[in-house]
Amino acid sequence: MTHVAILGGGPAGLAAAQGALAAGARVSLLDEGDRLGGQFWRHHERLTDPRLQHGWHRFERLRDALARGDARVHVGASVWSAEATDLGVRLRAVVGAADADARTAVDVEADAVVVATGAHDLALPVPGWTLPGVTTAGAAQALAKRDGVAVGRRTVVSGAGPFLLPVAQSLALVGSDVVGVLEASRITALAAGWLPRPWELAGKAGEFLQYAGGLARHRIPYRTGSGVVRVLGDERVEGVVVAALDADWHPIVGTEREVACDAVALGHGFAPRLEAALALGCDLRGDHRGRFVVVDDAQRTTTAQVFAAGEVTGIAGADAALAEGAVAGFLAAGGALGDPRLRGPVTARRRARAFARRLERAHGIRPGWTAWVDDATIVCRCEAVTRRAIAERADVPLRAMRLATRAGLGPCQGRTCGRAVEAIVAEAGGAPASVGFDRRPVLAPVRIGEVAALAATDPAT
Amino acid sequence: MRVVVIGAGIIGAACALALVERGAEVVVVDRLGVAGETSSRCEGNLLVSDKAPGPEAALAIASNAMWRTLAGRLDADRRDGQPATEFEAKGGIVVAFPGGEAALERFAAAQRATGIRAETLDAAALASAEPHLSPEVAHAVRYPDDAQVQPSNATQALLAAAMRHGARLVVAEVTGPIGGPGRIAGVRTATGAIPADVVVNCAGPWSAEVASRLGARLDIRPRRGVILVTTPMPQRVFHKVYDSDYVGAVGSGDAALQTSIVVESTPGGTVLIGSSRERVGFDDRPGVAPAGAIAAKAVRLFPFLERTILLRSYFGFRPYAPDHLPVIGPDPEIAGLVHATGHEGAGIGLAPATAELVAHAVLDAPTDLDPTPFLPTRDGLRETA
Amino acid sequence: MIRITVDGEPVRGRDGQTIAGVLIGAGRTAWRTSQTGDRGVFCGIGVCHDCLVTVNGVEGVRACRREAVDGDRIEREARP
Repeated sequence: MTHVAILGGGPAGLAAAQGALAAGARVSLLDEGDRLGGQFWRHHERLTDPRLQHGWHRFERLRDALARGDARVHVGASVWSAEATDLGVRLRAVVGAADADARTAVDVEADAVVVATGAHDLALPVPGWTLPGVTTAGAAQALAKRDGVAVGRRTVVSGAGPFLLPVAQSLALVGSDVVGVLEASRITALAAGWLPRPWELAGKAGEFLQYAGGLARHRIPYRTGSGVVRVLGDERVEGVVVAALDADWHPIVGTEREVACDAVALGHGFAPRLEAALALGCDLRGDHRGRFVVVDDAQRTTTAQVFAAGEVTGIAGADAALAEGAVAGFLAAGGALGDPRLRGPVTARRRARAFARRLERAHGIRPGWTAWVDDATIVCRCEAVTRRAIAERADVPLRAMRLATRAGLGPCQGRTCGRAVEAIVAEAGGAPASVGFDRRPVLAPVRIGEVAALAATDPAT
Repeated sequence: MRVVVIGAGIIGAACALALVERGAEVVVVDRLGVAGETSSRCEGNLLVSDKAPGPEAALAIASNAMWRTLAGRLDADRRDGQPATEFEAKGGIVVAFPGGEAALERFAAAQRATGIRAETLDAAALASAEPHLSPEVAHAVRYPDDAQVQPSNATQALLAAAMRHGARLVVAEVTGPIGGPGRIAGVRTATGAIPADVVVNCAGPWSAEVASRLGARLDIRPRRGVILVTTPMPQRVFHKVYDSDYVGAVGSGDAALQTSIVVESTPGGTVLIGSSRERVGFDDRPGVAPAGAIAAKAVRLFPFLERTILLRSYFGFRPYAPDHLPVIGPDPEIAGLVHATGHEGAGIGLAPATAELVAHAVLDAPTDLDPTPFLPTRDGLRETA
Repeated sequence: MIRITVDGEPVRGRDGQTIAGVLIGAGRTAWRTSQTGDRGVFCGIGVCHDCLVTVNGVEGVRACRREAVDGDRIEREARP
């Protein structure tokens, strides 16, 4: 029986598990969270307000399919190593409470793997963004959904993309006063992205209307062509400077105004989590403006027996992740792309990818944002590296730049700042890098004693 | 005199500075740019402690002394945006576990005879020098002259200094020689030809490939080394601390995975834990075995590391010659071609002395160092690895 | 209801909340000393490592990912 490993328990991973089980495989699914669902269905049985969940029944169906099937699920699993081998893949994880010491080692050898590691928020640097009270939009969402708490009493939501809408709604439902949702893209870009061929958006349009209704009910203003360009405060957030942005997201001089608030939620898009795919040798496409795993119609990567699904192949949302996951899991288990059971997912995938193109066209990050970052702005939060320091070393290879400035060398390993650092290097005339900061041989934090345990034991198969 | 230096790693950068300061016109050619490979993928060790008496020890002692003035000069002269070398004469402590005391003490005694300072520490002195070290440690020798630089930054500082003196950097891959058989008159690159009177091959692990493109033969091979980096923490390691099995590994011809442990803190607050050695060609998939072996030995040395978070690991390729000595001097068959490579894990430490020997070979600059043991004509290079 | 201590001070939270959830619910926004001032939660999903705390003597725990357990001793970390 084929053994399919699945990295990630969000929409893509859960759909992959269901697909692999349907094709007759045995499944091992690993996720770092303490519950299945990923970021999209992040939840806690007692703490989560059900009004904050979207498509919850779909989650329950997928979870139940997993529970019924021949599947081992490891939650709380930090997968720190992934290797492609002659026989398939080998994953090493430690399982237990997050960042505990001496967690249980779990070693998975499988015939194939589906990389469904998802994405995290991409918050662009803003002067003052290291002040307590500034979070990503995803943090505001996660804390509202998972823990039932609001990141502030008066919150400004700023960035780009439809994700800002449910974040504002969640904040309002957990009791925060949302001062406004600031969408960086101008109405012309939004129209160019969203208005053509409205029939493709059936379903999605309803979702937007629902959010728009939520915003209206909570009297939350939604502004386009606008963004937070500076965060004010001494020891914590006391307010923000908001400016009108042009079509390139360049702040328009003279439009700045101060808004009082105690929290800022920033989300300018999403960054795929590529380290596992890279460790498995998968090729990427794109450049510092967005790199994704290369997949074919069968969701096959360039490494044999390694499949990828969801945000790692392109930022396209949960519907795309579900469709790609279903295909990836089914094919990883040895199923055929022409199988009638895949007709639904293949159609859904086509529709979802069209949605992704609209998303990029309407909300994709524009280069003018670097104009709101001044020389002294910290870009790498971990190591407190300023824009000036990075730009001054733009002329050396990226690796040498990192070592000279320490940008991207801190605890987050460039996950937070990587794209911004690369954009600043590129703007300062630096040579483009093929992989950037995404290659991280240690896929997740692990304690040295847990790594040392490898040398002492012959890992189980 | 016009000199092309191939390679902008530590050896190429040091050679460029030495040559340009002695009046040569210097063009550095590198396919990636400064410190793009090995010199950004190593530990920055300036060691005398690991050197058994012999020609490399003599070179290391001289080079160690040269680094002290060089680092000070580089740091004093640096411009805005240029990194500091992070030179730190922190000293090294080599420790032995029970059973290894006599071998370590014998090694240290032999080193003392060649002029290396090596002080045996008693238990109280060791506990005060490294309070977090394992109580299992049975013997310790302190080497006050062992020092450290941030190798990528030191390379960048060296090249920046050379460029302030007029050296040029061309980022391009060398594709072949200019000139007929037996005599080189410059190099061809992917972006054009660069004529020169002398070409210096400082391509590290790739210097055999470069030599071959230039029509020469040179047996230099890559050896892969993995290094672990912890998350930043309050300082708990105060010297470079080695397990005394480090002593045996450098010269070993064994292809299998070997580890010899060096633990030290960095100015960034992280702890560096090196290192493994494997002869696997340019294989860029180290897997987890080296990390597991390094981690196990590191935890034995410093038990607190067991609960420390591993932040990242990296690996680099170290260039080695069949006899494990650096190769410095004129090519025996091609006039105008000089090699400076094969420093294995010691290139950062040996760079200033290597540069002085290259200046001697290229410009006939005076030196007190003996070039003979490192010449490419030596017998040891004709052995099979 | 659970009770944890933060640098010795008692803090109450709801059973099941992450440490970050407990702290934010208690009105705390910052609990780590960085090179440039205090930090608290930023990404909320374990990516940024801004919210690190020491939990029952174990350093480097992401407060946003670790579920709080009654009696946990949380200590502030300071970046050296």
